[in-house]
Formats: sequence, C-alpha cells, structure tokens
Amino acid sequence: MFQSLVNWARVKSPWILHWNTGACNACDIEVLAALTPRFDVERFGVLLQGTPRHADVIVCTGPVTKQVKDRLIKVYNQTPDPKFVVAVGSCACSGGAFRGCYNILGGVDQAIPVDAYIPGCAARPDAIIDGVVKLLAKLQGKAG
Amino acid sequence: MAEVKIPIGPQHPALEEPELFLLTVDGEQIVDAEMRIGYNHRGMEKSAEFRTFMQTLYLYERICGICSHSHTTCYIQAVEEIAGLEIPPRAKYIRTLIAELERIHSHLLWLGIAGHEIGFDTLFMYSWRDREFVQDILEEITGNRVNYAINTIGGVRRDIPENKIDDYLKALDILEERCGYYTKVAFEEGTLAARLGGVHYLSKEKAIELCACGPFARASGVATDVRFEEPYLAYPEIPFNLITYDSCDIFGRAVVRILETIESIKICRYILKNLPPGEIKLEKVPKKIPEGEAVSRYEAPRGEDIHYVRSNGGEKPYRAKVRAPTMQNLPATMESLKGSYIADAPIAIASIDPCFSCTDRIAVVRDIRSGKESRVRLRDLSKYGKGGRR
Ligand code: SF4
Repeated sequence: MFQSLVNWARVKSPWILHWNTGACNACDIEVLAALTPRFDVERFGVLLQGTPRHADVIVCTGPVTKQVKDRLIKVYNQTPDPKFVVAVGSCACSGGAFRGCYNILGGVDQAIPVDAYIPGCAARPDAIIDGVVKLLAKLQGKAG
Repeated sequence: MAEVKIPIGPQHPALEEPELFLLTVDGEQIVDAEMRIGYNHRGMEKSAEFRTFMQTLYLYERICGICSHSHTTCYIQAVEEIAGLEIPPRAKYIRTLIAELERIHSHLLWLGIAGHEIGFDTLFMYSWRDREFVQDILEEITGNRVNYAINTIGGVRRDIPENKIDDYLKALDILEERCGYYTKVAFEEGTLAARLGGVHYLSKEKAIELCACGPFARASGVATDVRFEEPYLAYPEIPFNLITYDSCDIFGRAVVRILETIESIKICRYILKNLPPGEIKLEKVPKKIPEGEAVSRYEAPRGEDIHYVRSNGGEKPYRAKVRAPTMQNLPATMESLKGSYIADAPIAIASIDPCFSCTDRIAVVRDIRSGKESRVRLRDLSKYGKGGRR
C-alpha cells in the first residue's frame, strides 16, 4: 500500500538531475530548452534538482571523460534507490562524434547502468520529452 | 577566524558543466580562488589529426554546442586561407547571418542563465521562450537547432529560401521588441541593477592587463572586437556599432549583451535584405590541402576565438589548435573573485558566460633551461586520465 503510494508519487513527479559528463553543451541546452515554456516538461511533473540526493532520474549528456568517470559513479551511488539513468545524445549513448578520442570512455553505460537512450546529435527537445515519457511509462509498469 | 575552503563542483547546480572551483573564504568574503579545469577534456585536437579536413570540420562543430558555428567558421577560414580559396559573396553573407543568429541565441541563453542564477526565474523563462524564435530560423535554414553544420570547405551547404525571408524579418521584429523590453527591465526595473551592480568588479586596467576579451572586457570599457579589429566574412560591408559599457560589473555585462543582441538583429536584417545573388559554394574543392599554416581570428559570442591550422599537404591536418575565449577570460574572473562575497560566486562565474567544453585541455609545462625533452609520457597521460589531482 505504502509502496504503491510512493510509486504513484514518483511517476507523477520525477525529479531529475542534469549532469554533463563531457558533452559539447548542445544536448545540455536542449535539456534546458525542454524545461522552458516552448516544450515545458514540467507539465509531466518533471522538476530539475540540484543535488543527487533528491533526484530520481539522472540525465546524462556526454561521452564520459576519464576525468569525470569517478565523480559520475559517486553521484550515481549518492542517488537514492530506485534510480534511473537517461543518456541524452548520441555521444552519451555510444561516444558519437567523439569515438576515438583518447580521453573518453564512449557512452554512459561504460560507467553506470542506463535505462533509456535518447539518440540525436543534438537530441531535440521533442525527443528528450518522448524519452522521458517512455521512461515514466516504464516506471508505471514497475509500479503496476 | 580560520580560513575555510569551499569546493564548488564538479557537479553543481549553478554550473552546467563539470568544473571545480576552490574558494578560500574568510567569513563571507572570498580571499582566494582557485580552479581546476579538465573534467570536460575529450582530446579533440589530437583526434583531429586522424580525421580528414572535412571530418575535422564536423568534429570541431562539437567543441561547443553553443558556439558551434564560431569554431567551424574559425577553423574553415584557416583551412581556406592555406588552400587559397575565396568563397562566393553569397556564402560569406550566409555564414555571417548564421554567426549573428548564433550570437543572438547565445546572448539570450546567457540572459536566462544569469536570471536563474540570481533567482529571477521569470527572466529565465522569458528569454528562453524568445530564444525559440532564433532557434526556429536556424532550424529552417540549416536543418538543426544546434550544431548547424552549415559550413563546408569552399562555402556553405544550404541556401536561404527566398520565400521565407519575410517570415524571418517578422520574427526578428518581434525579437527586437522583446530586447527593447529587456533593456527596459535592466534600466528601469531595478532588480538587475540592485543585484548585479558593483558585483565582481573588473577595472579597465585589470581587464587589459589580464587579457580579458569579448563582452566581459567590453563591459569594462575595453573596446575590443575582432569584427572591428580584423574584419572577416561580410563584416566590412555591414554597418553596425561596437557596444561598450563602463560600469565594470556584472550589470554592465548584462547590458552589453542585451544591446549587442539588438545590434545583431540589425545585422541579420541588413543581410536578409542585401543578400548578394550567386553561388553558395565553390564547385571544385581540393581534397588535399597544400602545405602551409594559418591563424584565424573570430569574434565568438563569448569573445575572441583563435584557431591555428597546419597542413602537411595531405588530407588530414597536421595540427589544428584551438584557443577558446573562456580560456582567455578565466584569469580575470579568478582575480576579480577575490574580495567578492561567497553568495555572488555562482553569478560571478556565470557572468563571463563560461564554456568549459571549449576550454578544457591539458597543459604540460617543462623547464626549458634544464634542456630536458618536453615530451609527455604515456604514463603521465594515463595518470592524468585516472583522475589524478594536480
Ligand atoms: S550528442 Fe552531439 S550534440 Fe549532443 S553533446 Fe554529444 S556531440 Fe554534442
């Protein structure tokens, strides 16, 4: 009973943490654009949070540089369960344009488990919203 | 009281990108500021050496997604100079148009972020909503909202549809009206002036001494702008003004950016009305770029961008070096942070419109006098890669 209440709340209002893991910024501004009036993901209850301890969903952009890897794992561990990771942009999915650069891991899933991949270079806000909504549906399935 | 060190970052809500700032505070006041860059370092200059000139163009588009056109244009100018290519006038105009649209979108973006940083979220939402007008135009012309990929060696990839020009002009009119509104917000409404006035002071002398550039320097009264100093693209033919302001603080930086946006809108309008007819790219472009080297300067939204390209006569660049404007602005930023208050740190750092994905790099300095070979060993590199501290 209590768990279903928690799940209901989580689906209605997922709090996200935005984390640039070495992106070129384009996907970051698209994530932000998705939060602003034209696209407005807040109508799905999505709210940007500053700290990992308050977040349900980690939105990662970027191919994960070797420098950032340890921090990423740390942030992932600080996020309370259940947590979900969304990789936004081709380079967060697989390394994208940066494949072959010496300082990247190539994809967020090389460091932490990923639940949703949103391709595109840069991923359009529409695509990001679609990804988030699909993730919410998945969450609901889990809750259900 | 003992001094306390406060780390900001690498993951911090106020900074979009992962960077670490180490502030030493005494009470509320910052007495020393240090920073560590490199979290966003991907190694693009090196990997450019394994790509052809054309592939590097699209790789360099991704140095930074906000000023992507700046980097590609700066790079391509250097390449074209080495190859001795003169691009058609229409291509020049289109490149300039995209450059100015990019400046508008970047400045509006900054205004929003700055508003967010000082808790003025209404401004954030307003300016980002208005920014969508520019994004729409950019998308229609180039096919993408960011990373437009309009440049190609010897010209541009896409033409401007003649039947759409009226729509673009209308959108620009609305934008200009909105910018007029922001100017009013800045000068008459009081919130911005009260919160940003006098914060993060950078005097004109210090700005010159520490080589600040872009709107950051122009807000300290330094009249520096590559578009004037060394006009490139179509700028010599376009009338526009250099904006400076001499309040030397963050308020000044906001004003400079808002007024510059209005200037950019005027430039865009001029270009759309005076677009020269003709081809948009050269017919024959050599695959191999002849031996040579070139330096190219470009006024990106954040300041002066410099690219150095060297070719060995092959299909791939021998070296393609990038010096992004944020790099240039960091010393002045850190210097002026000393003496400010800790609550002002986020907006102070944001006030230069930092872009760390352009900036992050590894620098290895060796003693020349000892005559040692200045080579970076793989071991050092991997030590760095494993997150070694300084
Ligand atoms: S996917 Fe493309 S646009 Fe997005 S951060 Fe990576 S390189 Fe930039």
